[in-house]
Amino acid sequence: MQDTNKKTYYEITAPKYFSIGLLELWQYRELFYMLAWRDIKIKYKQTILGMAWAILQPVIMMFIFTFFFGKTLRIPSENMPYPIFILSGLLIWNLFSSGINTSASAMVSNAGIIKKIYFPRLIIPFSAIAVSLFDFLISVFLFAVLIIYYNIPISISNFCICFISSIAIALLTTVGLGSMLAALTVKYRDFKFILPFLIQLLLFVSPVIYPLSIIKNDLVRYIIYLNPISLSVELMHSAVNNTMPQAELFLCGSAISIMVFVTGIIYFRKTEYYFADIA
Amino acid sequence: MQPIIEIQSISKKFAIQGSKQPYQTLSGALSNLLKPASTNKKDFWALKDISFSVQPGETLGIIGKNGAGKSTLLKILSKITPPTSGKIISRGRIASLLEVGTGFHGELSGRENIYFNGSLLGMKQKEIQSKFDEIVNFSGVEQFIDTPLKHYSSGMQLRLAFAVAAFLEPEILVIDEVLAVGDAEFQKKCIDKMGEVSKSGRTILFVSHNMGAVNTLCKKAILIEDGKIAKQGNCADVIDSYFSKGANQHTYYWKEKQNSSNKSFQLNYIKLYDSTGATSTSFNISEEIIVEIGFEVLEDNSYPKLSLIFSAADGQTVFSSISNNEEDGSKPLSKGTYYKRCTVYKNLLNNGKYHLSLIGYSAHYSDVFFTSTVISLDAIDDGILKRDYSGNYGGVIRPELKWLTQKI
Repeated sequence: MQDTNKKTYYEITAPKYFSIGLLELWQYRELFYMLAWRDIKIKYKQTILGMAWAILQPVIMMFIFTFFFGKTLRIPSENMPYPIFILSGLLIWNLFSSGINTSASAMVSNAGIIKKIYFPRLIIPFSAIAVSLFDFLISVFLFAVLIIYYNIPISISNFCICFISSIAIALLTTVGLGSMLAALTVKYRDFKFILPFLIQLLLFVSPVIYPLSIIKNDLVRYIIYLNPISLSVELMHSAVNNTMPQAELFLCGSAISIMVFVTGIIYFRKTEYYFADIA
Repeated sequence: MQPIIEIQSISKKFAIQGSKQPYQTLSGALSNLLKPASTNKKDFWALKDISFSVQPGETLGIIGKNGAGKSTLLKILSKITPPTSGKIISRGRIASLLEVGTGFHGELSGRENIYFNGSLLGMKQKEIQSKFDEIVNFSGVEQFIDTPLKHYSSGMQLRLAFAVAAFLEPEILVIDEVLAVGDAEFQKKCIDKMGEVSKSGRTILFVSHNMGAVNTLCKKAILIEDGKIAKQGNCADVIDSYFSKGANQHTYYWKEKQNSSNKSFQLNYIKLYDSTGATSTSFNISEEIIVEIGFEVLEDNSYPKLSLIFSAADGQTVFSSISNNEEDGSKPLSKGTYYKRCTVYKNLLNNGKYHLSLIGYSAHYSDVFFTSTVISLDAIDDGILKRDYSGNYGGVIRPELKWLTQKI
């Protein structure tokens, strides 16, 4: 008894200064694993196919896109078979879109916990995104199978560099935007309605469905560059066709991702104190 | 000895919006940019300059009317919401029984829920693993431990939830009884657990409307009124001043909706009449007392029911009566204003003070709410019933029972 009393000492005051609270996040890492684990479990409960959906979803989308855009509209695909082109972009896109979708609603759907128990609130959007990352990692198997099936001559080193930096950039963007949207949705429920449009818009101005090379208009190209997920998608394409994204896109994209990440986290931390009052 | 918790002039301000919804909308925020922000916002101090400290091993009762700020204080103590100003120093891990079952998910099995709930309450995986068998034993749901929680009865869910919380070992335990309503067995478990915890030398903060329970469990108490400490010290004194607030008024009007309404109806007032129809606060025990409760039915087809609770001066419940024996009581009520009247028999109460509180229910005794003690009455023995006896009668009630002598 006496020992534990000496160990625990903390103060509760009005928020005084700003901090990200990394130390506290680390202390609560077990709760983060548990939340992510719970969400993964729940996601596939009472489905017949279970986690196979993590693979089936991109496969079905790949077939649809290949049929309409590849076969019917004959959209070029950067020296790759169209299914590979579309799948590489889709995997990253799914990670991003499902990540921001679930994290945006996560604060509201976990309001019951937030109102009753204290823990670093950032864990909620983080674990929501961890679920998307888990789905992504499962669907990577499908990607590998397709690469072997089409017998694509990838360079291992280039593939690894591009693949890993693609995921890193996508995660930075998703975490930043997801946390921002999570905090905004608590305050303004309007974002529930805005989000579907935002995601649709971002899909159209990213090189998921069409290759960057067919965009001749400079203005449009810069708009695509400004889309924080474009760089990730391009990096994924580069991983397969053994190239590197243009320097402009690389600089622009990574700068925007880092900016989104930093603003998202800061905004979240600045508003989180009052989540329990308004969630 | 150093106090385990020191609360130093804690205040909490809420900005009340002009509109009803507590959350903000974009249009609201946009229009606030154009207008000066102060026009439709009002400051509300839920807590104002609260200071007290608790010694290790002490059991402190926190009492006060609904809306006095007790729940806000608990929320600040458990770090859910920050104070506007002031400081709390804590020298131990705080866990609260208001967290029972938080985060339980119907799709997860009992086993999975134990692990998730445990880590939510701050237990480490290893800790849960080592206590897992005990938790399951305590809950009594061994057979169903791998069944999804949605197939559990609500009683089983509650037992499982409580079992996890019971194996937490915090230095400071916060119990909000308001959240443990409805299930008598569960309430008893909470109270037993509290006794056990306090014997093991841990500190307890107990928030309750049940003055009897506060009186038996706590030596010290604080009374919170309108966000301020109205009285602190010896438990019996604090309870006494809590009750004296409702004295000498024959009518109480509910101003705040919180805890005086549910979805289907809202209490307006409670009023005391004597047998001549005059309002009063003191009654002759040999005459009837009429309690009238005015309420507003908020939706058509409602079945509002009330339970009237009489407590003695020390807070123990003397008796309660449910309004389910009315004629036409099974007919639904449509929207509108109504009153219910409850007549207390003559020759039932003993000489002394009684405190009245209510429980409200909708159809099938669902959607329950509890009011705090709002009104008190003095029962006065005029001596008629005593006949030739001149002493006092023991006990909290004194019904007139039939006596008979016969030669066998």
